[in-house]
Amino acid sequence: MIATGIQLAYLSSAALFVLALRALGQPTTARRGMQMAAFGMLVAVCATLVDQRIVSYEWLIVGLVAGGVIGYPLGMWVPMTAMPQRIAFSHAFGALAATLVGVGEYMHGFHEGTLTYGKTVALGFEVFFGALTVTGSLMAFGKLQELLPGAPITFRGQNVFNLSLFAIGVICLVWLVVSPYDTAFFVAILAIGLAVGVLMVLPIGGADMPVVVSLLNSYAGLAAVATGFALDNNILIVVGALDGASGFILSMAMSKAMNRSFANVLFGAFGAEAGGPEATQAGASGEMVGIDADDAALRLAFARRVIIVPGYGLAVAQAQHQVRELADLLEKRDVDVRFAIHPVAGRMPGHMNVLLAEAGVSYDKLFDMEDINERFSDADVALVIGANDVVNPAARTNRSSPIYGMPILNVQDAKSVIVLKRGRGKGFSGVENDLFVSPKTNMLFGDAKQSITQLCVEVKQA
Amino acid sequence: MTSTAIIQLFVFLLAGFVGFQTISRIPPLLHTPLMAATNAISGISLVASLVLAGADQGLLSTVLGTIAVGCATANVVGGFLITDRMLAMFKPARLEAKEQPST
Repeated sequence: MIATGIQLAYLSSAALFVLALRALGQPTTARRGMQMAAFGMLVAVCATLVDQRIVSYEWLIVGLVAGGVIGYPLGMWVPMTAMPQRIAFSHAFGALAATLVGVGEYMHGFHEGTLTYGKTVALGFEVFFGALTVTGSLMAFGKLQELLPGAPITFRGQNVFNLSLFAIGVICLVWLVVSPYDTAFFVAILAIGLAVGVLMVLPIGGADMPVVVSLLNSYAGLAAVATGFALDNNILIVVGALDGASGFILSMAMSKAMNRSFANVLFGAFGAEAGGPEATQAGASGEMVGIDADDAALRLAFARRVIIVPGYGLAVAQAQHQVRELADLLEKRDVDVRFAIHPVAGRMPGHMNVLLAEAGVSYDKLFDMEDINERFSDADVALVIGANDVVNPAARTNRSSPIYGMPILNVQDAKSVIVLKRGRGKGFSGVENDLFVSPKTNMLFGDAKQSITQLCVEVKQA
Repeated sequence: MTSTAIIQLFVFLLAGFVGFQTISRIPPLLHTPLMAATNAISGISLVASLVLAGADQGLLSTVLGTIAVGCATANVVGGFLITDRMLAMFKPARLEAKEQPST
């Protein structure tokens, strides 16, 4: 009777979670949706607490309280700029929970002699994916937080080595299924999972992290699915599948936006190949033409339509609030201001949107690449702030360019372009940008925050 | 394969499809909240951790279970809080500005 009640409670939580994800499709309903999901979680947890297998509650309370104490600062105090590492860190937590449950269940089954083939496969998968996600996420966290060097770390035969290690892991898993009571193989799977996680993230550079973080999201989901199979728990399977699908979709979207095939992502071969010295001279010739802040401000102030293109440089300079102020000033002068957001403008999917929303830019001014690209031809001024590769027309025109084929914002179609840039150096991928030397483009050099503040002052006077 | 396992595979498959369909519709605008949200929801492994920690299957199991409960709870609490904090920032335009035709 109680068991049925618990299952029904899980069923309703699953429904609430799916509805919550549906509600996330629109900013107007998203918040309400997530409150529903939180309620669903509460239902599931309360239902579990009356489970008859639970006989003592002291440790549960210890765990719950400790988790709450750790979780609160992770939720309330982490700044929005630190979101990517915060998410990576949580993936490690989630995966650690799955892994520990896997180990605990294996030991329990081992002592009771209840390890069936099916259960062993599931536990093996759970521990493997879980362990891999734990170390992988911690590595990603370290790189994003700059505790570890952000540059890719590679060595000869890396892919072969990683794949062989992965293969050994799979062989151990098969062996464990054949003889479930061979503890050594279980331990080996755990160890290999941990090692693969580290090795997988080593060769990946800081700029490629969005893909990795999304992919780890997907792996964490798969670990949860395996937990569900091992414990005959449908809610874990449902949630794990949702999580896995989400991570998969995001990593696909990210790799597409970064001009990399998904296979390339899976085998971690990227990071090292970008930034080669070849092809950098191709195309771009001519001089960058500078502009003063007062001229730039006049041009913005007397424009009818302005599109602002924020890039990662904006986030680095922490200039979101200044940009919002500039946008407000321009709007007061009846200038139509929009923001064009490239999918990889930031360190994780959708990061730039959050940063601008935090600064107070309303979401109906934030436009995705597909929605705004055709509007550039109507824009009087495109203001590019700390973005480079995502506005490089070479991605369309220059076949020999390493970024050829990458989807870009059509900034070159605007009537004129002002680029805010720290210095004359190249962008992250080391590719020359034809846009910067185009006759329509003027460069405003200097720190983004100072330049924008100056623009605000000048616009006020215009 | 037992019939339970088959049913579970069905559940997995269908949930995967539902997830794919639902999540494909989420605009890039909300992708960061989406990640935070799935992170919070994946804290559902808390239900498995609770059983392991409370079932009294020996000290080691209890310790592992308790750590797992702590990790999962941290994700649930932190995940839902930060998602809400983020979503609260997404505001529509104030009603005044912009009556001009936006072509």
